[in-house]
Amino acid sequence: METMDADIARVQEERRQKEAELAALSSLTFDRELYGIANRFEGYERSIPVNEDEEEVQDPTEREVARKLASYTAPKSVLADLPRGEVTDEQLGFKKPQRIIDREDDYRKKRLNRIISPDRNDAFAMGDKTPDAAVRTYADIMREEALKRDKEETLRLIAKKKEEDAERRAKEESTAPTKAQIATASVAAAAAVTQSAGSKRRNRWDQNVEPEEVKKAKAGSEWDNPDATPGPSRWDATPTPGHASMDATPVAASRRNRWDETPTPGRASDADATPAGGVTPGATPAGMTWDATPKLAGLATPTPKKQRSRWDETPATMGSATPMPGATPSVFTPGVTPMGGIELATPTPGHIALRAPMTPEQYNMLRWEKDIEDRNRPLSDEELEAMFPMEGYKILDPPASYVPIRTPARKLLATPTPLGGTPLYSIPEEDRSQQYDVPKEAAGGLPMMKPEDYQYFGALLSEKEEEEMTAEESKERKIMKLLLKVKNGTPSQRKTALRQLTDKARELGAGPLFNQILPLLMSPTLEDQERHLLVKVIDRVLYKLDELVRPFVHKILVVIEPLLIDEDYYARVEGREIISNLSKAAGLATMIAAMRPDIDNIDEYVRNTTARAFSVVASALGIPALLPFLKAVCQSKKSWQARHTGIKIVQQIAILMGCAVLPHLKSLVEIIEHGLIDENQKVRTITALSLAALAEAAAPYGIESFDSVLKPLWKGIRSHRGKVLAAFLKAIGFIIPLMDAMYASYYTKEVMVILIREFQSPDEEMKKIVLKVVKQCVSTEGVEASYIRQEILPEFFRNFWVRRMALDRRNYRQLVDTTVEVANKVGVADIVGRVVEDLKDESEPYRRMVMETIEKVVASLGASDIDARLEELLIDGILYAFQEQTSDDANVMLNGFGTVVNAMGQRVKPYLPQICGTIKWRLNNKSAKVRQQAADLISRIAVVMKQCHEEQLMGHLGVVLYEYLGEEYPEVLGSILGALKAIVNVIGMTKMTPPIKDLLPRLTPILKNRHEKVQENCIDLVGRIADRGAEFVPAREWMRICFELLEMLKAHKKGIRRATVNTFGYIAKAIGPQDVLATLLNNLKVQERQNRVCTTVAIAIVAETCSPFTVLPALMNEYRVPELNVQNGVLKSLSFLFEYIGEMGKDYIYAVTPLLEDALMDRDLVHRQTAASAVKHMALGVAGLGCEDALIHLLNFVWPNIFETSPHVINAVMEAIEGMRVALGPAIILSYCLQGLFHPARKVREVYWKIYNSLYIGAQDGLVAAYPVLEDDGQNCYSRPELMMFV
Amino acid sequence: MGDRYNIHSQLEHLQSKYIGTGHADTTRFEWVVNQHRDSYASYLGHHDLNNYFAIAENESKARIKFNLMEKMLQPCGPPPDKHED
Repeated sequence: METMDADIARVQEERRQKEAELAALSSLTFDRELYGIANRFEGYERSIPVNEDEEEVQDPTEREVARKLASYTAPKSVLADLPRGEVTDEQLGFKKPQRIIDREDDYRKKRLNRIISPDRNDAFAMGDKTPDAAVRTYADIMREEALKRDKEETLRLIAKKKEEDAERRAKEESTAPTKAQIATASVAAAAAVTQSAGSKRRNRWDQNVEPEEVKKAKAGSEWDNPDATPGPSRWDATPTPGHASMDATPVAASRRNRWDETPTPGRASDADATPAGGVTPGATPAGMTWDATPKLAGLATPTPKKQRSRWDETPATMGSATPMPGATPSVFTPGVTPMGGIELATPTPGHIALRAPMTPEQYNMLRWEKDIEDRNRPLSDEELEAMFPMEGYKILDPPASYVPIRTPARKLLATPTPLGGTPLYSIPEEDRSQQYDVPKEAAGGLPMMKPEDYQYFGALLSEKEEEEMTAEESKERKIMKLLLKVKNGTPSQRKTALRQLTDKARELGAGPLFNQILPLLMSPTLEDQERHLLVKVIDRVLYKLDELVRPFVHKILVVIEPLLIDEDYYARVEGREIISNLSKAAGLATMIAAMRPDIDNIDEYVRNTTARAFSVVASALGIPALLPFLKAVCQSKKSWQARHTGIKIVQQIAILMGCAVLPHLKSLVEIIEHGLIDENQKVRTITALSLAALAEAAAPYGIESFDSVLKPLWKGIRSHRGKVLAAFLKAIGFIIPLMDAMYASYYTKEVMVILIREFQSPDEEMKKIVLKVVKQCVSTEGVEASYIRQEILPEFFRNFWVRRMALDRRNYRQLVDTTVEVANKVGVADIVGRVVEDLKDESEPYRRMVMETIEKVVASLGASDIDARLEELLIDGILYAFQEQTSDDANVMLNGFGTVVNAMGQRVKPYLPQICGTIKWRLNNKSAKVRQQAADLISRIAVVMKQCHEEQLMGHLGVVLYEYLGEEYPEVLGSILGALKAIVNVIGMTKMTPPIKDLLPRLTPILKNRHEKVQENCIDLVGRIADRGAEFVPAREWMRICFELLEMLKAHKKGIRRATVNTFGYIAKAIGPQDVLATLLNNLKVQERQNRVCTTVAIAIVAETCSPFTVLPALMNEYRVPELNVQNGVLKSLSFLFEYIGEMGKDYIYAVTPLLEDALMDRDLVHRQTAASAVKHMALGVAGLGCEDALIHLLNFVWPNIFETSPHVINAVMEAIEGMRVALGPAIILSYCLQGLFHPARKVREVYWKIYNSLYIGAQDGLVAAYPVLEDDGQNCYSRPELMMFV
Repeated sequence: MGDRYNIHSQLEHLQSKYIGTGHADTTRFEWVVNQHRDSYASYLGHHDLNNYFAIAENESKARIKFNLMEKMLQPCGPPPDKHED
């Protein structure tokens, strides 16, 4: 007996080790060797606090801020790069992670905590019958909610007590023995220590578990698996600690999402890791899962076989051997093992097979590990040899003591076989279907399943015959197949599946459909695209199901509501659309019944999303329909949460519907106004925010609706502080602009006292709101400049115009905006006068803020108010700030300088020498950025310099710039060219220094530069010179430039190509077309298509500028070259040419007709195509000018091409015929057409009818006189005698 | 290829939405009926033509218009019997 016990103990020990290794496979424990056994997550928050009061109500803008602020920690690019590891094995380096969950913040992730509630009673469908006890009615739900709140309260108290207990115990335990000593310790001690060790290892579940568990308990009681009848007894369980264990069961079940996410097989080994467990089963600490098993199994586990699907059965039997029914003390036992939860959470038959051996997270982890493995594998000798030089290195033997680090995970991955070899341990049979890499082939043309999908679609892989299935099962399977196709299929599969789902929606039934779609939508691995598709499915199905959706409204809302707060705009729109359709299908009463219980839910997240959903309902069904309900909710006496949510709904309605709230503004304000004096601070805050939203939506109307709230608001700002005050101020800020001038002035003065007091507030949020309100107050009509000057400005500048404000972007922006608004009232001089000194401040961001303000103020108000003294200070300051800048990516300084100088106009004259001195000095600077800026500044102030008659100075600058044309940095060179262009533009070609004849040859080589900015500026400058001052340059130089320009036709930027083509025109005009044309015609021989196309355009432009007769002979002569490209180029040039010259074409049409004849008869398709398009342009140009003979002649050549099938050709031919219709009239085309309309060959008829149709559409009325005369037959009279009438 | 050059097929589709356009299977009867209706519409729309008819037929203008309008209903008589297809 003794030996047997020892044997068992040994075997158990062995198994435990194996299991620990196995566990390491998919948990984070694999690098223990590296980090030691100690938990490196100690001290971290391991779970998201779910119901803490502090993180309550946040208004959207605040949340926004919080989110933005949170992102200041590191550059986004860095953060975004980090999580890439997971997807790298997909060989798509640029594929961005698309999983929704990856981009969600903690708040948004709360959606996963929500439960898809069981179906509800449809009161309408029932008529007068009393609802079945098994069906959840509205009353049931409300009772549950109340119960939940009570329970919450009680549990919170218990939790608190527990925490205190735990603390006390922790203190005692600090003196307890270490783990090593456990084996020798007494049983009792062992139990205690196990708990502590357990709590250490599993602190994810233990630490902080109280509040979470509480939440779960609550959630759990709501949960029911969709197919089972909700036994009322379950819901009635009194929340006493004794009974709570009953409730704890569904808890685990309900949380499939969460628990599943972190499947730690290690947990199982924990269970028998307790030595005590082996020795005295009866004394196993209460937390052990497997004791709980018998009870759980009794409740919901369908078959015992399922129990052992993953882990071998020993612990279970051991557990069940422990006869201790009453021993599970409380809900809070840390060991409610997730495993048990998973087992229990598979209620539907469909789900039974879904339990794929790996959860998505496990799979990802594995994938990730493998990736790491690949990257970190030891370098092979070959690789090392490739890396290092052959000599100079020696290969040493590793020291004897060296043992390579082999984590168990790696070993297991590399050689999984030994696992099976261990005696008494066999791989569970389910493991056979375990897929590490290759997903199992789905049968029947189904799309590939991703590993994440097995959980939902696994059933499709089981080879069960259709005949064996019940009707329900096969229906379910069908839905599953369709959904999988929608989710993962090809576009065509998706389309048909979606259509089938829609068409058969009623037949498949609302229940089975939603029971499969909704859990999919809650899946943690869902990607954007998949969600979009599934949401689309819901949308389509909704239309079909109509009132059948009623029992499922709440379920759908739980899944769709999170979309309303998604980051992605389109997701939000989609969510709104669904909820809107849902409310139209289900009706107001059902919507209210479904959402009412959530209005005072304990979770802020639920209330927030519900409020948003309600606002969508309001927009779908009309505000008036919702008003009575809103009124009741906002006055709820039972809970402040209800009032809060009610008022929030009003806010959301205002935000969503905008000015559409106007007709109901009065009632909406009345509904929420009492919230301003509510006893709860959060309610007061949200009320003020709602009023702000209403006023913003109503602007500029509706002040009379706000009459009743003015008093409480203005009183409120005197009595409140902090957040509430900020909200009140915000409301006031939005209401004041609605007022008449007189009232606005009065109320502004009232609020200003408080605002000025709050100027000093250190709170960032308050600062922003105060700035905004000041802006709003100041911009209203009634507020006078003198008042602002005396009362506001001194404090305003003292408190806000400080360096610190320039550091935060949002503050910066708000301050600049507000100051500009103030300036609009008090004028330029006041504001500029106050800040001008700060242009010399030592902080650069601050100087930049000052400069931006000055720029905006001066740009909108001009500089005429600025007196001589201020002018001096301003220029001085700007020069200082401009010179001292170190980094200016946004060009604030440059723009500011430009704006101010331009606004001052001639008054700048005295300062110009100084400015130019600065520019010159900076043009010589070492830093490229500085040089570039200096050059840019020249182009900005060139016009003003001209106004100040500083031609000499400009000439001087021109010479300086000319000298810098050797610049290396393309960005700088581009700016220098731009500056030269500005100067040339202003002072003209004749006065330009350096003279054009020197300047242009210098530009020719620059044309070779491949940088876009350089090219663009250079071609602009050259074009300008060619246009205005071509005579200063010898023709030979222009020819050289022509050759360079040909290269520029290759440019990617369209602007450059266009400028080039135009320049050809200017040059041709200047030196005559012959040489240019010769160059261009030669260029037609090149291979590159784009180049040829541009050349043809250039030829056409040359022809246009120099008259066609100078070009046509040479062009037509070129057609004789027996080369396709050239001939096509000629034809294309002709096409462009006739397009450009329009009716001038009538003089040339006879000249080119023989050429076009030839081209239209050519064997080459492109010839005919291009010729046809030339004919089109020609016909359109000469319509009505008496060239019909030539056109009919050409039409005879075009017509045979109507049977072409190549799309380009047939397009061109049809367009040519259309052109002919315009030029020749429809009757002629109709007569061509008639021959084929009833041709025996269908192919022929098709083409002719096509022509007839476009003819008919183009000139229906014109055809009336041209229709053929037809003979009457026996029963039908076909003649049209009217036109035969003769007087 | 496909969509980019398919503008023509789109155009065809667009045109086919208008009454009066035809296709390879349009019968002589259908075509002529459309011609007639178009003609009457055209006569009604051009006042001068209408006046001319009134003089020629020695009828009031309104009567002419009415007659033309009436004729638009089955302008060529009843449709011929469909052949077997």
